[in-house]
Amino acid sequence: MKLAYAVSMFVTFGAFAPSALFAAEPVPLSAQGCVGCHGVRGTGSDPTPRIAGRPAAEIVSQLKAFASNQRPGTIMGRIARGYSDADIVAIAAYFSAQK
Amino acid sequence: MSHTLSRRVLLGGAAAGLAAPAIAQQKAAARLVIVGGGFGGATAARYARIHHPEMEVTLIEPKTRFITCPYGNLILDGKRQLGQISFNYDGLRKRGVKVAQASATGIDAAAKRVRLDKGAAVAYDRLIVSPGIAIRWGALEGYTEALSATIPHAWIPNDGTQIMTLRRQLEAMENGGVVGFALPENPFRCPPGPYERISLVASYLKKHKPRSKILALDAKETFSKQGLFQDGWKALYGDMIEWVPGNKDGRVARVEADRTLVTEFGTRHKVAVANVIPPQYAAAIARESGLVDKSGWVPVDPRSFEAKAAPGVYVVGDATNGAPLPKSGFVASNTAKHAVACAVASLKGEAPPAGLYFNTCYSHVGDDYGISVVGVYRPSETAFVEVPNSGGVSPRGDLPEQRKLESGYADGWYASIAKDMFS
Repeated sequence: MKLAYAVSMFVTFGAFAPSALFAAEPVPLSAQGCVGCHGVRGTGSDPTPRIAGRPAAEIVSQLKAFASNQRPGTIMGRIARGYSDADIVAIAAYFSAQK
Repeated sequence: MSHTLSRRVLLGGAAAGLAAPAIAQQKAAARLVIVGGGFGGATAARYARIHHPEMEVTLIEPKTRFITCPYGNLILDGKRQLGQISFNYDGLRKRGVKVAQASATGIDAAAKRVRLDKGAAVAYDRLIVSPGIAIRWGALEGYTEALSATIPHAWIPNDGTQIMTLRRQLEAMENGGVVGFALPENPFRCPPGPYERISLVASYLKKHKPRSKILALDAKETFSKQGLFQDGWKALYGDMIEWVPGNKDGRVARVEADRTLVTEFGTRHKVAVANVIPPQYAAAIARESGLVDKSGWVPVDPRSFEAKAAPGVYVVGDATNGAPLPKSGFVASNTAKHAVACAVASLKGEAPPAGLYFNTCYSHVGDDYGISVVGVYRPSETAFVEVPNSGGVSPRGDLPEQRKLESGYADGWYASIAKDMFS
């Protein structure tokens, strides 16, 4: 249920959020925490998985699932709960656009 | 020339009908100068060149090689060699960072100049200072800089001599010896670091000198990830490690040259190998430039990391008085990017961007056994505030899969952040 909600939330925001954020801030500062482990531009740092190029809706839904403990995580639940919906949308927009 | 001014010149020129490209060529780039080439400074330099290529970026750092404090403990149990935790500045040079191999000896914030040890000075429009820590020599009786040659602190890597001295002393110690630690009061660099070190010394001893013991004398009553560390110590090393808190006479008040650690109540512990992690404060450049308060650390605006004592000077990393942000490499790196963004905003006459600061500290407790603490923070006008209901430490309990994954993620973090600094 929550997963579906998260995806639909992103679709609602998704129409305008990425371009608006990109105009103001090419790399959202909220995404800078992620690259510390997931690699420069989210390209992965073995064994920490690559997140660059994943669909934005998937990144949003996974972060929400971690935050709500619907997806068990070693560490991501503790992290995801620190980010607002707007942060998560910005993070997803950034990493989905990376190659 | 400030960025704001050059933009005004450019706009005015275009309005007056002058050829814009010619004006653009005359435009002087804003000068971002960075003092200190560690987690904060190197990250700031790289980030600034990628995201604000219009700026001229100068990094002032006397050493040609940077050895990280994180992963230094893995040298003690043989999982890493010194060369694997050493980095140079070639990657940053290739990105167009001007690397000034010199020591910054003073900051004149009014004149916007940094003095160098060779007598020269570097002018800046905005300055980022990430100088790290210094040992507060004299704060712990008997523990002098000279004595640190034989009783290492190994808490500031410099050229690697300190950590290698500790490693060699462990190698030379006989099976059955006692390794003694003297651990400081808060605040100090890397809150879980001493306890990771205890763990990895135990890992080495268990494999090579299993009759040996560890005596950890602590000025504190509690420490970072304490329950997790103590669970791991018991599970992996049995009764090898004895940790003595401050309220059980753990506070070391004097260090004697024959490796006797004397507590505040006069108990004398003569050990075979001693590692003294002494009291610390901000590095000399911060203290001698008037950036610190009486605590010895630099108070900053939590929204921008601008030093309270010096407008236009942004201070990040372990030198700051940033609690509850820990003095960690991750925080230094993460907040250095924010400081660059704030410096750029300031040059444009804009307010600092909204702050969102992130930390994860992994610690190795033993083979395939990692634990972590996470913190997500936002600034108020006066403080760093941890986001409620977020962050925290790994779950306790018998969770071998979790420990193994976190051990791997620690390695992933190290490789990743090193690239984010030096590539």
